[in-house]
Amino acid sequence: MSTVTTDQQAQPAADAPIVLETVVVRSWKAPIAFGIFTVIAFLLFIIWHRDGNSTFRLSSDGDLIQLPTVVLPATVTGIVVTILLAGVTALSAYLVTTGKKVPLWLITVFGVLFMVGFLSWAAAGKAIPITGLLLGTVALSVPLIFGALGGVISERVGVVNIAIEGQLLAGAFSSAFVASLTGNAFLGLIAAMIAGMLVSFLLAAFSIKYLVDQVIVGVVLNVLVVGLTSFLYSQVLTKDENLFNNPPKFPRINIPILSEIPLIGPVLFRQTIIIYLMYIAVAVVFFCLFYTRWGLRLRAVGEHPQAADTVGINVNRTRFWNVALAGAIVGLGGAYFTLGSVGAFNKEMTAGAGYIALAAVIFGRWDPLKATLAALLFGFTQNLQFALSAIGSPVPSAFMLMLPYVVTIFAVAGLVGISRGPAAAGKPYVKG
Amino acid sequence: MSDTTHNPPGTVQPVAPGETPTDTTQPRSNKVLAEILNSSVVISILAVVLAMIAGAILIALTDPKVHAAAGYFLARPGDTIAAVWQSATGAYGALFQGAIYNFKRPDFLNGIRPLTETLTFATPLILAGLGVGLAFRVGMFNIGGRGQMLIAAACAGWVGFTLDLPPVVHLLVAVAAGIIGGAFWGGIVGLLKARTGAHEVIITIMLNYVAFYLITFMLSTQGLLQAPGSNVPKSAAMAPNAVLPKLLGDRYNLHAGFLLALIAVVFVWWLFSRSSIGFRFRAVGENPNAARVAGIDVKNTYVYAMLLSGGLIGLAGVSQVLGTVTSGFDNGIDAGIGFDAITVALLGRSRPGGILIAGILFGALKAGGYSMQATQGVNVPIDIVLVLQALIVLFIAAPPLVRAIFFLPKPDGSPRVSRRAAKKEVSA
Repeated sequence: MSTVTTDQQAQPAADAPIVLETVVVRSWKAPIAFGIFTVIAFLLFIIWHRDGNSTFRLSSDGDLIQLPTVVLPATVTGIVVTILLAGVTALSAYLVTTGKKVPLWLITVFGVLFMVGFLSWAAAGKAIPITGLLLGTVALSVPLIFGALGGVISERVGVVNIAIEGQLLAGAFSSAFVASLTGNAFLGLIAAMIAGMLVSFLLAAFSIKYLVDQVIVGVVLNVLVVGLTSFLYSQVLTKDENLFNNPPKFPRINIPILSEIPLIGPVLFRQTIIIYLMYIAVAVVFFCLFYTRWGLRLRAVGEHPQAADTVGINVNRTRFWNVALAGAIVGLGGAYFTLGSVGAFNKEMTAGAGYIALAAVIFGRWDPLKATLAALLFGFTQNLQFALSAIGSPVPSAFMLMLPYVVTIFAVAGLVGISRGPAAAGKPYVKG
Repeated sequence: MSDTTHNPPGTVQPVAPGETPTDTTQPRSNKVLAEILNSSVVISILAVVLAMIAGAILIALTDPKVHAAAGYFLARPGDTIAAVWQSATGAYGALFQGAIYNFKRPDFLNGIRPLTETLTFATPLILAGLGVGLAFRVGMFNIGGRGQMLIAAACAGWVGFTLDLPPVVHLLVAVAAGIIGGAFWGGIVGLLKARTGAHEVIITIMLNYVAFYLITFMLSTQGLLQAPGSNVPKSAAMAPNAVLPKLLGDRYNLHAGFLLALIAVVFVWWLFSRSSIGFRFRAVGENPNAARVAGIDVKNTYVYAMLLSGGLIGLAGVSQVLGTVTSGFDNGIDAGIGFDAITVALLGRSRPGGILIAGILFGALKAGGYSMQATQGVNVPIDIVLVLQALIVLFIAAPPLVRAIFFLPKPDGSPRVSRRAAKKEVSA
């Protein structure tokens, strides 16, 4: 499907005039994926078109600045969107034939267009509150983003982190337990970080000291944490729910001025402190990973531990503490389950969020910002089916529930392709 | 997880006892003893013991009777110790009686019933464990057991309750349908990985959800999988001809799925040690680049491996739907076996024989776990079984830790104290 050849051998000594072979990288995956989606759009929006107007409400009643509601006629929108999608597909095919890459913005444009068409098709004759849709997206994405950040740090330093699920669950459990006992949500937050770190310590100890395969340790730690938290939940928490499993929830904090920006304000700036911490965490991790000495060392250890060791970096110590840091960050995401959204601990309440976060890490190509965007995408698609089932969707709910995962498969297979992680991830480093 | 983790998890650095340097200063009996103590069998047994001890501590710590006795610990410490002892022995006694032999039953035929339950629980674990282990050895991580089992169960189940075929033929067709279903669902993963380079971890996770919702939809739609005239999301019961026969008569639940599991163990052993495709599997698992240079079609190998892995996991779904739960299935028919199978494969180190033993061990824990939860006066939640499983795998994967805890000598023959001495030598 794709003809990929490396152009890396084209860097010999500069003084000799060497005729370089022009290497053309042609990947037809993006146009093919676009084509499939365009056909789906054609079938849905034009063949099985639905009449009526779809209303998009952009602001809720309490907002200071009211945006007008957008009303789109479903059929016409569908036709226009399908034509535009076909245009984008043709453009991408043209770009590939001329040997250029399909740029990221084109993929984004395609995705947004398809989403507009799909929403107006699904909501024909109904109204969709866009604010609510985005608000739910953020809520569902929080644990995914924290998990993905922890995953990125851990894998960049060279330790494959399958235990994200376990770290989330440990964070959720201990934050609920400690916050209930002390009545202080902040102590719960700290407990969640410590719990995530403890899981990380096990991961680090077994994979770095005892050289056990990191995938094994990760999977096993997930099982261990599920077992431990479920056991303690049945044996301890359920004995006295009021005392042990009744944590205070964080209040919403409205940030002045920012929270009044239409659409964005209510979604991003009327949130609990955990979400503000998340913004900070994403920014700090991104900046530090690529612009500080700590980040450089971390990445060096993950890419080429031997070279890092040669220049005097203690590989195993760097790995140990950064994996611990990753665990603390993921633990915060776990706390969101109990202190931010649900309000009490439940057996296996993370429900596979850790694995989705792992998918976001790979989807985002081990980059904190891209992984965050991937996590948001997963959150959005998950939330989409809630929004659509609320207004009564035209397709059986099982297919709506399936949609995010199908989209992910298409996206991963069609657009991302081969993902190459940090070179030394998964390999223990033995000095000497 | 990066693409570079091609070392199949489950292969542990071999600690060959034969490579111990011949130390002439030690008497022969010491060397023999050291070899015995360092054999993987001993380490495995010690790992199980360690996990059981850790589990006992956990059970005792959360037992209200122990709490009550600990309240006056300083006055009568013996009470606390007795309560801890009773708590742990009660739990493990119930585990044993639920998994192997129940002494409370009047005769042998009733008493041995738990053992057959263990084997029944072990059947799908062995089959799915073989599938996961096969993928491991080709360097792939198949977390998609749940989806593959669901699709296989749906295929086998559909053949089982719709078609009307003569006795043996019906069963064979249903089993074949299940294998094909599982292989198809696994093959998608292999195909996508081979053709587009998509990471198998993402694809398998996503396909789990897709399969779950697909089966949910089909189970609640008349004419697909839902039982006719019903509005419960559940299928009709299997036709008698399609049911796997009971092995030991109707008194026990053990069904012919266990024979399938044994056949599958032999098949996988043959595949990896005697067939040429198995050789290619191992070569790709060890080092895909070297395999490609040696002329092996790596991409197709991935596809074949996922087909076989999915087929084996599909058999686990078949044994569930045609053997264990024959009265019709719902969307929870996989019972978490797809994930348990990962630990089974890890514990069995991806070797067929190891997976057989690991599957039976985990089956015993599962069967005993239910009895632990149900036995009056014990009532330990079954979740403790997950803790035991995880700890066993962790300890077995880290022999140095087990040796350190039990003060066993290191495999190279040098006594434990020498490590500190060696450090001193270096610093001197």
